[in-house]
Amino acid sequence: MPEPLIVASQLVKRFGDFTAVGPIDVEVQPGEVFGFLGPNGAGKSSTMRMIACVSPITSGSLRLFGLDPATHGPQIRARIGVVPQLDTLDTELSVQENLWLYGRFFDLPRAEAKRRATELLEFAQLTDRADSVVDNLSGGMKRRLSIARSLINRPELLLLDEPTTGLDPQARHVLWDRLYRLKQEGVTQVLTTHYMDEAEQLCDRLVVMDQGLIVAEGSPRSLIDQYATREVLELRFPAGTNEAAAPQVEGIGERQELLPDRILVYAHDGEAALAATHARGLEPESALVRRSSLEDVFLLLTGRTLVD
Amino acid sequence: MVSWHFATYRRLWKVNLLSSLVQPMLFLLGLGVGVGSLVDSNTGSSDVLGGSSYVAFVVPGLLVTTAMALAAGESMWPVLGGLRWNRGYHGIAATPLDAGDIVLGHATWMALRCGIATGSVALVLACFGETRSWGLAPSVLVSMLVGVAFAMPIMALSVSAEMDGRFPAIQRFVIIPLFLFGGAFYPLSQLPLVVQWVAKVAPLWHGVVVARGFTNGNVDWVGVAGHLAYVALWAVVGTVVATRRLSGKLYT
Repeated sequence: MPEPLIVASQLVKRFGDFTAVGPIDVEVQPGEVFGFLGPNGAGKSSTMRMIACVSPITSGSLRLFGLDPATHGPQIRARIGVVPQLDTLDTELSVQENLWLYGRFFDLPRAEAKRRATELLEFAQLTDRADSVVDNLSGGMKRRLSIARSLINRPELLLLDEPTTGLDPQARHVLWDRLYRLKQEGVTQVLTTHYMDEAEQLCDRLVVMDQGLIVAEGSPRSLIDQYATREVLELRFPAGTNEAAAPQVEGIGERQELLPDRILVYAHDGEAALAATHARGLEPESALVRRSSLEDVFLLLTGRTLVD
Repeated sequence: MVSWHFATYRRLWKVNLLSSLVQPMLFLLGLGVGVGSLVDSNTGSSDVLGGSSYVAFVVPGLLVTTAMALAAGESMWPVLGGLRWNRGYHGIAATPLDAGDIVLGHATWMALRCGIATGSVALVLACFGETRSWGLAPSVLVSMLVGVAFAMPIMALSVSAEMDGRFPAIQRFVIIPLFLFGGAFYPLSQLPLVVQWVAKVAPLWHGVVVARGFTNGNVDWVGVAGHLAYVALWAVVGTVVATRRLSGKLYT
């Protein structure tokens, strides 16, 4: 097995009295796409900033490429690409200038930086906007430019902090496609998200974080297998009566979860569970059978939905 | 770092250069020619001015104050913007460069900007017999140093500012008073002693005295070294404090 690219052990980040992260243990292997999943405030971004070597750790240890960020920050930063949660693009400069000037910060010769900028414009589908000022781009274009810019130094590790937050579905799919191509090229990726579908689509392996701690770890599939049944039956009763209906549904599935607007029944066979519901004489307003997802895992582990 | 600043500047340079040229020229005309004709006809004034005409007296003051005003302005909003609004500094912090590189890049850029602005003013002044002097060239260099001596401490302030609320206050209570009472337009000896001492704390007066020595040809090299060392001290201390504060802001 190759040397892990990131090793964190007993990693802690504190701001004053507030413990934002940890202690957590994480290992990321080369070529892997690794996700930190959790609601806002779970400590994902703080963890990412420590990995990006822009935030000193409070205690524990952290190694990237076997190097210590405290002593080799610039050397590590030279080998990683960062897509921050908030874009840090130069809004007054053109798309093209944003790319090649950023390359200059990595000490690339001017000609090489411009050559790579042209390649990356192609990759980010921004070639026809090369001379546009960043201010005039759409949100999705800015995000693609941020990703393109983070690749200017041909990073071995790419860090993406909520890469698709605030984008429309179409823009998200374009981004996912680009990230998948990078994975095929062997670029290790670490990303944070609070979108379950994103994590399922992109990540080989992920950890679920809640209140600074890791509450589960595994591949999306294995987490679902471990913590949820194969299918879920979603029952909606008329507004305000979900709570009253809950005890009557009891026992149909292996487990159930009462949410404000619906009841989730976890069962191996969703259709059978629905038939059983009807057999008990219950008349839900609507019923939906679906595959279980990471959202269900998260709900079980933390008792809360992700985006709240 | 510098090419990044330069690329941003390139978009605006025409307007920018014009305004940084027009303003000192207006002052020169208004004060130098207008007030000058009054001053020069006043017997005895030439002794106070060290034997030169008023226009010749004002020229070095004009160069150095131009650099001061430019560097001060460019070290307020753009610095806060890099940290908080467009967050360019955070983008740079994620690369092998760090806070020290950003601060030194800003210092270099300020020196260049002041060089471009005061150099163009000097070029125009060299066209007129009244103001032509070889001393204009070293005066531009002095202006660059004074610019950095203002830019760096102000950058240190800007880095720890939460909002841009204090900037107008700095302009009103530091930059404009220095402009008026810093020895640029009349000798400091015309002012009460207390005001003289206050004016001498800031780097402006020291730069003006040195530049004036060059333009009217009375160079006291020991004095030059002393004054410039004092100006440089402001630049160095400002750089150190700005670096430390910026590092604290970027790497938390």
